[in-house]
Amino acid sequence: MKKLAFLAGLLGLLACIFVPTLLKNHGIYLFTYWLIYVIATMGLNLTIGYAGQKSLGHAAFFGIGAYTVAIMMQAGYSFWLGMPLAALGCFVVGLALGFPALRVQTIYLAFATLGFNTAVWLVMRNEEWLTGGTFGINNIARPEAFGISFDGNLAYYYLVLAFAVVLGLLLWGLLNSPWGKAFTALRDNPIRAESLGVDIRGYTLLSFAIGAAYAGIAGGLFGSMVQFIDPAPFTVEASIMMYLMVVVGGPGYFLGPLLGAAVGVILPEWLRFAQAWYLFVFGTAVVMLMIWLPDGLLSIPDRIRAKRQSREASAARAAVGQSGVKA
Amino acid sequence: MTDFLQLFFSGLATGSIYALAALGFTLLWQASGTINFAQGEFVMLPAFMMLGFMAAGFPLMLSFAASCVLSVIVLGWLVKRGVVDPLFKFGMMPIVVATIGLSIAMRNAVRAGYSAEPHPFPNLFADEVYNIAGVTISATDIGTFVFAIALVLITQAFLAKTVTGRAMQAVAQNTESASVLGINVPRMIFYTFAINAVLAAAAAILVTPTYLAKFDMGAALGTKAFFAAIIGGFNNSRGALLGGVIVGVCENLAAAYISPAYKDAVALIIFMVVILFKPQGLLGKKVERKV
Repeated sequence: MKKLAFLAGLLGLLACIFVPTLLKNHGIYLFTYWLIYVIATMGLNLTIGYAGQKSLGHAAFFGIGAYTVAIMMQAGYSFWLGMPLAALGCFVVGLALGFPALRVQTIYLAFATLGFNTAVWLVMRNEEWLTGGTFGINNIARPEAFGISFDGNLAYYYLVLAFAVVLGLLLWGLLNSPWGKAFTALRDNPIRAESLGVDIRGYTLLSFAIGAAYAGIAGGLFGSMVQFIDPAPFTVEASIMMYLMVVVGGPGYFLGPLLGAAVGVILPEWLRFAQAWYLFVFGTAVVMLMIWLPDGLLSIPDRIRAKRQSREASAARAAVGQSGVKA
Repeated sequence: MTDFLQLFFSGLATGSIYALAALGFTLLWQASGTINFAQGEFVMLPAFMMLGFMAAGFPLMLSFAASCVLSVIVLGWLVKRGVVDPLFKFGMMPIVVATIGLSIAMRNAVRAGYSAEPHPFPNLFADEVYNIAGVTISATDIGTFVFAIALVLITQAFLAKTVTGRAMQAVAQNTESASVLGINVPRMIFYTFAINAVLAAAAAILVTPTYLAKFDMGAALGTKAFFAAIIGGFNNSRGALLGGVIVGVCENLAAAYISPAYKDAVALIIFMVVILFKPQGLLGKKVERKV
């Protein structure tokens, strides 16, 4: 099983490397866009799926990252200085927001983060001296490293892919460390986790801040990809969309964000001509998904396995019962 | 001072509309554990229903009555049967996600199926302005405030004084004992949905003349209704009134004295302060955590 998963992962990675070489500019753009959202929702999946915190302000961190990198580059600093700053900035803001907000759970947290998103969006729109207001920031350059320029679309795609792979491996490592186990324990039974000595407050705060840092990095990559940012992609609606991407893919499934981001980003881009109807169908589909598959699309294999096991178990019980009668 | 009073009174009017939406929100939460993320859309849809009835030649009040009935059927019965009932057993979060999906679906159905433009909406009240001791107050503000507060008070009297209302409160407090006592729980929950639908339709007729009928008009309203409900106290229906009025007044004052650009952040700031110091809300009772 492990070997199979490893092989599938390798095949997926190879596909991610070679398929875009066959695509035209728009296709490469879509793949890049998708990977950026995968990075952002990977972080959100840690917060929601593993640590169980309902965060509806992820687009704010995405935006903070994008503006940090854009403003730094405008001021003449390198992309490679802006990026760590974006991640660190989001991590710190995440801690600062999480500290009061995580006192309250579930739905209160959802609305606190949603309100935070509104506040950040208002700053982006109103503080023209810093963010350019609704005119945004133009001409954000693409980075270069070791003499390689990532100016071309395909080259930039590979840069984003490298980021996604490295961040994915880091998250994988984190989740399989004792720390990661504590996150899951927290989600499944907070009271039990606490009685076993897990510092609930510390861990939830950490999961929230790490999720925010992932969004910040994704935001930095996003700004440099579209080379122009304004407050529009960082609204509350965008946050809700990211939340739904995690939920649709399957919260707490490591590969959930790959699928969720595809449903949330690639499909609507393809179906742009019917955008409002697409969103109508998407909204309806989310309702149906909740009714039939509340654990997301990736829970389908688990569900089939569980069904088969229960069928086998009942067959075994029946067999035992019959032999019991004979004897 | 007169400026302050003027801002205060128009804030009261806006706040009483928030209170209407917040009250429906609180009732749904108490009775069925549904956090309705589509609450804003529950206000938007009746606005378009009324526009439809008026286009068919009905006068405003008759359109309002017809929209109330239609809202009870669609936003009450249909939403309860189609979305909330099947999800009830899974707990809170799936319902939340489903209502988020519902709000996206409703918003975009109106946008794609009807119109993406804002539509003007007739005002229920006369276009008059009164001058009392130097303070100018519009008839709309007075009318809105009186209408909204009257509805909130009627709802509360219904809950406190009638047998049905008390049965609904019993369901809200403890579903299991209520059903042991012979109360028809699903019916009481349906009543809650029906009341919420009527309150939302009333909020629509009051708010649409200023907000204009637009597919995304509910977004801001829904969030503020929630903030108002929490500020007042989520497990207390009087809290919705207090919270709504506080948010409406503070917003108006902040827009005038601090910065109009940051008006929408006011509700958030009050909300943050309240959950930091009194997480159960200003009028709410503390709920102990059970193991």
